[in-house]
Amino acid sequence: MVISPLLLAGVAVALALLSALVSLFSARLPWLLRRVVTPLFTLAGLAALAAGLGTLIQGGVAVTQLPLGLPWLPWGVRLDALSGFFLCLIGVVSFAVGLYSPGYVRSFEKECGSLPALGGFSGLFLTGMLLVVLADDAFLFMVAWELMSLSSYFLVAFHHNQAANRRAAFLYLLMAHIGGLAILLGYGVLASFGDGFAFDAMRQADLSFGWASVAFVLAFVGFGMKAGLVPLHAWLPEAHPAAPSHISALMSGVMLKVAVYGFIRVVFDLIGQFHWQWSVAVLAIGSVSALMGILYALMQNDLKRLLAYSSVENIGIIFIALGLAMLFLSTGHPVVGSVAFVAALYHSINHAVFKSLLFMGAGAVLHTTHERDLEQMGGLLRRMPWTGLFFLVGCISIAALPPFNGFVSEWLTFQAALQAWQLDSGVLRSMVPIVAAVLAITGALAAACFVKVYGVAFLGQARSRHVRRARKVPFSMRLGQGVLALMCLLLGLLPTAFIDLLNAVPQQVLGHGLAQASAHGWLWLTPISAETASYGAPLVAIILVIALMLGLWLLGRGIRRVRRCDAWDCGFAPPTPAMQYTASAFAQPIRRVFGMLFHIDEGSEPQPDGRWRYYLNVRDRAWGLFYLPVAALVERASRQVVRLQSGNIRTYLGWTLATLLVLLWLTA
Amino acid sequence: MMFIEWLLAFVQALLYVALAPLLVGWIRTLKARLQNRRGPSVLQSYRDLYKLFAKEARMAHSASLLFRAAPYIVFVATWLAAAAVPFVTTSLPTAAMADVIVIAGLLALARFFLALAAMDVGTAFGGMGASREMFVSALAEPAMLMAVFTLAMTAHSTNLASMMDYQLFNDPVLRPSYMFALAGLVLVAVAETGRIPIDNPATHLELTMIHEAMILEYSGRHLALMEWAAQLKLLLYGVLLANVFSPTGIATTTDPGALGLALVVVMFKLALLGVALAISETVLAKMRLFRAPAFLNLALLLTLLGLLSHVILEVGV
Repeated sequence: MVISPLLLAGVAVALALLSALVSLFSARLPWLLRRVVTPLFTLAGLAALAAGLGTLIQGGVAVTQLPLGLPWLPWGVRLDALSGFFLCLIGVVSFAVGLYSPGYVRSFEKECGSLPALGGFSGLFLTGMLLVVLADDAFLFMVAWELMSLSSYFLVAFHHNQAANRRAAFLYLLMAHIGGLAILLGYGVLASFGDGFAFDAMRQADLSFGWASVAFVLAFVGFGMKAGLVPLHAWLPEAHPAAPSHISALMSGVMLKVAVYGFIRVVFDLIGQFHWQWSVAVLAIGSVSALMGILYALMQNDLKRLLAYSSVENIGIIFIALGLAMLFLSTGHPVVGSVAFVAALYHSINHAVFKSLLFMGAGAVLHTTHERDLEQMGGLLRRMPWTGLFFLVGCISIAALPPFNGFVSEWLTFQAALQAWQLDSGVLRSMVPIVAAVLAITGALAAACFVKVYGVAFLGQARSRHVRRARKVPFSMRLGQGVLALMCLLLGLLPTAFIDLLNAVPQQVLGHGLAQASAHGWLWLTPISAETASYGAPLVAIILVIALMLGLWLLGRGIRRVRRCDAWDCGFAPPTPAMQYTASAFAQPIRRVFGMLFHIDEGSEPQPDGRWRYYLNVRDRAWGLFYLPVAALVERASRQVVRLQSGNIRTYLGWTLATLLVLLWLTA
Repeated sequence: MMFIEWLLAFVQALLYVALAPLLVGWIRTLKARLQNRRGPSVLQSYRDLYKLFAKEARMAHSASLLFRAAPYIVFVATWLAAAAVPFVTTSLPTAAMADVIVIAGLLALARFFLALAAMDVGTAFGGMGASREMFVSALAEPAMLMAVFTLAMTAHSTNLASMMDYQLFNDPVLRPSYMFALAGLVLVAVAETGRIPIDNPATHLELTMIHEAMILEYSGRHLALMEWAAQLKLLLYGVLLANVFSPTGIATTTDPGALGLALVVVMFKLALLGVALAISETVLAKMRLFRAPAFLNLALLLTLLGLLSHVILEVGV
């Protein structure tokens, strides 16, 4: 008997729930977490991956009703190509996180009381994400969405004994709920025109441009807030680093993609109409996010915060690709539109893989050195060679360098942008090159950013004693990273195979796939046509490897011993670790050139012992420009509302009566 | 047919490796003459490489495996990028394998490892060189992409060979966008190959160096590979300027006569570019590092203007 993908997806959800349930007992029996809970979590990931792959390969749509929900509003689930793709994404990262976490959670076993919370909310978090992707009506979607948000809130607040983490968690909760409200209202608009909360009813809805735009804006704000688009991103660099590292990997790698899924589901599938005005908004916000995200990432010295800001950048890139897709679809160019759409999907899975890998690497460093500050690190490659190697793979991938995976999606996005000459309107045509320039600058800055990270943390010499004593991390942690590093390589080497697989998604959502992508065999990726552009990823990689081997054989003659000597010291004292370039020094030229974009507080002050201390704080301008004014506005508005609160029961009754009358008048 | 094309691509890739030191030697000789010196022979750069390969390579105590692997990666990535730029013929399968975005990516890969290797030993100079190199490239790489995108959009292809074919088989038109792109790409080429006024390849003052600071710790065959890769990059940019903007003379078939002629023509064009570079390096002084952004922003702006003038003025007319 063939197991249907939908059943497998159900198994995945059940396993995730079971892992949450079992972890309740881990307060008494701490070993349960490592031996039972995380294996269940891993299996849930594997089942989700299998369900997703099955859907993408078999094609078709599976729908069923759950015996849950309200009597007149039953919960429906649906597994189609789009859900299948995102199930794969959730599955592969959860699988790797499940492999990784036994080693990582071991350090938490001493503080027994928090173990049930960690395992339980992780399981619920995964359940929530899986259900969001499977939901077929707004009701189940919102319930699953809230489950995902709330359980991740508790995970962000896991280290709640530090005030900064509590603050980050509260900010996250607040933003998640404002976003959730926007999504709910968006569904409200669709439901009122579509007569029902089921997604099928919403698809049938016949919306005017005005109401469609209202729904689009609400969805864009709601999902954009969860995805971390500028200027709604401020919670992200606070919340993601606060969680335990394997949860940071899930949040940055997967939860942001669930928001991308929501955006695609609502805008591309449910609303189903495209207008160039919307694409301009998406392109503008995406470009700003990409550029600001990477610039702020360059300024960070806290490794996990840096990675979180880089997520803002990558989400920006995904939305640039989505914006290009909307632009080309709205102007009647379905082929180019689907190239951009595939680029967005490809970048989603790429970012999920390499960002989780990098967060796991940061977790491994944190695990053995208890250090997140780049300025204290150095020389870790020699202390932890495997983590160093996998982290290098992650850095090359995220810097969009061939032959790894980040390059493929960037290449596809550029290919879509280069078709701008097909557009009829001169204004739109001239907007695309500017977006392409932003994308190019972002890519170059990302390379600079990850040279800084790898060069400062893993190369050079240790800048502090505890980092010098770093040790290898447990095998399970290396295994989890290895799986994702391998995925980075495969996604980079075999783009044709993966694009063939995810071709079902644009076919289902847009009704138009990439017919040409692998028309010239698996060696050649030709998204539009062979004459327009081609990329032979396997060939590039093979030639690189052969030439490298040849070079090593000719010159190195195997691994020949090289005599060691002291580094060049200009004839003065030998170099010490303190004389190395620091992370903030590395970023100084860029900080100076882009200075007006940051809120920089830099200077030096005398210390009591007569020495001078240099300080540098780079803060996000979004706080001053966006959050504080909004907060002040809310405060002022609530002062006005407080006037109603007189403390007199008769006044309250009067208000109630007035409200009732108004409502009666409205419905009559 | 397929076999001959791949063979030709291989020969062409070898030509790049063989001719790269010659271009540098030519520029050095010209500069010496302009400075009223006799200067070394044109072949001196070959002798330097030979000398370095014969010498023993040494490494600092704190260098890791990445430091040893980097010269090979940098050389191979640069060489592969060069192999995809049509040198004497446009019937080139490697140009289909790696289009212009992949070429930029491979150059970025080489730069990534160069900068990492610089930071590996953990001296101040290496970090400084890496920081400055990544800073310069953060502005130069987008400008390079924008410049070639102008041509790519005109030719409706990102394949360099198709771009050249498009220009050869269509009537020559003076396009304003090409002028902007050419001007921008010249500035990028100067910055990316570490020439005056961004960087001085002849300097030995540590504080002003960019490229030289990064390879300060290298010696012997490792240094030779790094130097050779830098020479390859200069030749690559030279060929890009010479062949992409005026592909006249390049062979479009695998006919031996046409190939021979193409080799002579491209050598002549490169010699002219060498003269221009030698003159500009003689009359200009190196800029302060924080003057460089103005230079690079100009390049980015020019190339963006080129692309914009293409999409506004030239498309659909």
